[in-house]
Amino acid sequence: MTPAGADAGVDGGPSLTPPPSTGAEQPAAYEALGLKEAEYRLICEKLGREPNGVELAMFSLLWSEHCAYKHSRKLLRRLPTEGERVVMGPGENAGAVDVGGGYAVAFKVESHNHPSAVEPFEGAATGVGGILRDVFALGARPIAILDSLRFGELDSLRSRHLLDGAVRGIGHYGNSIGVPTVGGEICFEAPYEHNCLVNAMCVGLAKREQMVRAAAAGVGNAIVLMGASTGRDGIGGASVLASAELGEGDAAKRPTVQIGDPFEESKLLECCLELLGKGLLVSLQDLGAAGLTSSASEMASAGGVGVDIDVARVPLREADMEPFEIMVSESQERMLAVVEPAKVAEVLAVCEKWQTGAAEIGAVVDHGLVRVLRGADVVGEMPVEVLVDGCPLYDLEPAAPEEWIYGNRATLDAGASAAETLLALLAAPSIASKRWAFEQYDSIVGSRTARRPESADAALLAIPEADTAIAVSIDGNGRRVACDPYAGTVEAVLECAQNLACVGAEPLGLTNCLNFGNPEKPAPAWQLDRSVQGLADACAALGVPVVGGNVSLYNEGPEGPIYPTPVVGMVGELPGADAAAASAFASEGDAICLLGPFEPTLEGSELAKQRGELGPGLPQPEVAAVAAACAAVRDAVRAGALACAHDVSDGGLACALAECAIGGGRGCRVDLQHLRERGCTPEEALFGEGSGGFVISGERASLEALASDGVAVLYLGQVGGEEVEVAAGDRSLSLPLAEAESAWRSLGERAEAAS
Amino acid sequence: MKARVLIRPKEGILDPQGKAVERALPALGFEGVGHVRVGRMVELEAEDPARLPELCEKLLANPLIEDFEIQDLES
Amino acid sequence: MQFPGSCDERDALHACELAGGEARLVWHEERGLNDVDAVVVPGGFSYGDYLRAGAIARFSPAMEAVAEFAAAGGPVLGICNGFQVLCEAGLLPGALLVNEGMRFVCRQVELVAEGERLSIPAKHGEGRYWAPDEVLDALEANGQVAFRYAPGQNPNGSAREIAGVRNEAGNVLGLMPHPEHAVDAMTGSTDGLRVFESVAGALA
Repeated sequence: MTPAGADAGVDGGPSLTPPPSTGAEQPAAYEALGLKEAEYRLICEKLGREPNGVELAMFSLLWSEHCAYKHSRKLLRRLPTEGERVVMGPGENAGAVDVGGGYAVAFKVESHNHPSAVEPFEGAATGVGGILRDVFALGARPIAILDSLRFGELDSLRSRHLLDGAVRGIGHYGNSIGVPTVGGEICFEAPYEHNCLVNAMCVGLAKREQMVRAAAAGVGNAIVLMGASTGRDGIGGASVLASAELGEGDAAKRPTVQIGDPFEESKLLECCLELLGKGLLVSLQDLGAAGLTSSASEMASAGGVGVDIDVARVPLREADMEPFEIMVSESQERMLAVVEPAKVAEVLAVCEKWQTGAAEIGAVVDHGLVRVLRGADVVGEMPVEVLVDGCPLYDLEPAAPEEWIYGNRATLDAGASAAETLLALLAAPSIASKRWAFEQYDSIVGSRTARRPESADAALLAIPEADTAIAVSIDGNGRRVACDPYAGTVEAVLECAQNLACVGAEPLGLTNCLNFGNPEKPAPAWQLDRSVQGLADACAALGVPVVGGNVSLYNEGPEGPIYPTPVVGMVGELPGADAAAASAFASEGDAICLLGPFEPTLEGSELAKQRGELGPGLPQPEVAAVAAACAAVRDAVRAGALACAHDVSDGGLACALAECAIGGGRGCRVDLQHLRERGCTPEEALFGEGSGGFVISGERASLEALASDGVAVLYLGQVGGEEVEVAAGDRSLSLPLAEAESAWRSLGERAEAAS
Repeated sequence: MKARVLIRPKEGILDPQGKAVERALPALGFEGVGHVRVGRMVELEAEDPARLPELCEKLLANPLIEDFEIQDLES
Repeated sequence: MQFPGSCDERDALHACELAGGEARLVWHEERGLNDVDAVVVPGGFSYGDYLRAGAIARFSPAMEAVAEFAAAGGPVLGICNGFQVLCEAGLLPGALLVNEGMRFVCRQVELVAEGERLSIPAKHGEGRYWAPDEVLDALEANGQVAFRYAPGQNPNGSAREIAGVRNEAGNVLGLMPHPEHAVDAMTGSTDGLRVFESVAGALA
């Protein structure tokens, strides 16, 4: 069977080689490019003919899961996206919220999972590069980076290799471009062994009047391509890598990974901000997945216009590139701008000053087509709306799995004492200090960082221009979401809000990255459906709009899907960066209290994992009660009433107390009796997990004054001594602080273990 | 002239990259490999080969900490 | 100074102003330093650290002007990448090599300078100071070692715990840690102000 469409048309059939034949017929070109037969027939029907090679390549990318969100778009309509502080919502390059003084804060999180599993350094680096571009494409100067990373267990050489590469890659890109990496999380769970997760978030600051949208406008305006030259990076990357499960032969996919150059991006960034500052651009869009194809088409679609792109005018890094290659290349550090013809010369001059490439490659036209030319010849043309919006959207066929579909592995001795258990939890790579990683990141460039990594529950950045400050946190959960996708996702949103509250910040907006398995299979489909519902309900209940985000599906390996992993990034505001609280005990004799509706259980906990006892089921969080607790902590921090505020999460209350003790270099003596009176066993009180717990410390009277009808405050004990002493009935423990710290700081050594 | 310039850290300067490579080899099954030095390589085409040593000394290598070697790729 | 790839120039500008000076950015193509009393070469990744850190920046027109300025006795302060540029330019002895641990390190470190302890953040991947033994001996004999890492605080394995050096004439100073990031209690210690105040003091 002749691959349909491969020889038809004017030029350039795709030279991607279909997978080797097993003796049966050669698969069709569209199949090799990731399109289903029904999708191909739909394209033919909408075009009224078969697509030629260039067109087929472009369709295969824009109609891939990664670009078209075929399986998730209907679900995402459930998310609340509006609010009075929202300046830009989903659909733009990034979301943005107003922070007063004429300024807006832009932010977004995106995944780069599949490339990072293949080549972690460049995958993570270009993930950072891409999210930076999304933010400065709005006209916002990037002021912070955060990252959420998930790998298999640390005893696997592969996981250590991926961890090392990803951390180096993030450091390389962020440090070189001079944007501080101020926070993040790293988690290790067996289901991520074959499919790691690398989610990168960027926060930027913009003057509202200088912000720009992506929509192309103004028939007759010029389209200018700026930045690096175009090579063969990542060709076919989007559809080949991100819309298919990683199989056995993925080492061969290395050539399609993109290589990043932060120096190039630094020049491009300054150039774009200067162009926007001078009002020289009508609109701006970054080139990410699917390169020129997606940015030109999406700009056209958003603007209700058509575009002509002449590939002969695109500056190339490699001679003899075919038109389809030029259109789908994912070479990094490029931006597309729409410019009024009279301003083109000045735009090119500014680019020249910043030593960044620039070329006029096309025009905005009223024909409603994406038309690709090579000089005078048309090599492809498709109606914009068919290309961008014509892709079918699929309904999921969810079905809850009947049992726990992930493994269980006991690593903790059955007879472990409470102290030994606490040590095992503190040493767990997901819980242990991440200092080994964050010391590889420049967290202070830009002079805004008022709270460096690990000193508080959220990063804190001064915004003196607007006489304000913002806090940022990124939090995800996989294991607990696997236990109950709805409740687990609600918890992830609440954790983010709790972290912001610990530094006195009120949430303004949320961005999310949904990392899930194959949506065409019933269990991951069910997980995705329930998780999105949880996200929607939690955001609505908290009044926090979703201003943008990203979906990464098909994260499955031979052993099955990853844990369903929604990652949430939140930005909050607070009056000033001199907020008092840290996540460490401050003074000998300070009282320690537990604030909030915390009702811990062992379901889905790190302890259950270490005992090999994970299974479905989680208690449903009380969102309103947790929100009230957040407000109380937030106000108390702002009033200077708290020396220390730390949210209880992985490892439970005992871990949270130990972390505060280690941070402050001071032990504590506490009794969990009051917590047990809520109906939990000693073990649940010590190591149980769930939303709504804050460890706070300071003057006893100030702490207890925070209690109200809706907010419970339990006195636990005092800061002092050199041990972590926790009385909990028959599971009481006393652990020397030095031992606790040694366990908690053990990640670096394990990460660098030779074999 | 088509030339390749090899730039090596001077003997006596701690080369942690070389050491790290050396240490990783046994675990991968390569015994008896030592004295690993990690440097840089630059390839270029020069119209005036007589000026290459000067170019290397001024820019490609830092003579305080690096040695360089020019290889003529055409001979 | 501002090169393509500089990162901490605005932070350094702000620190100079906090120390009571008036400061402006000098673009790498500028040659005019007539209106200037002192020069700060800031941190970052000028020219992407390509070839070697600072190797390309040292050839910029602006750095040629700085070399003349320094030869005439003008005060020059090089921070991190700036220190690397000054060494590549031969305005300071020695070289900065890749950190012993081969990783970028961002950490608050304690420095010792003239008997006093300063808490200043270091953030670099190539900060290991090296010079031949006879040069190091001469630096120490002449009092040209301006900053050392306090015991146990050396983040990069630099020779003799050296964090910063002066030239023989004493008007050019380079150090790897970032005093411009220690000028505001909100973001950390304020010990870095002393470095800028001493440059300002040298001009008074």
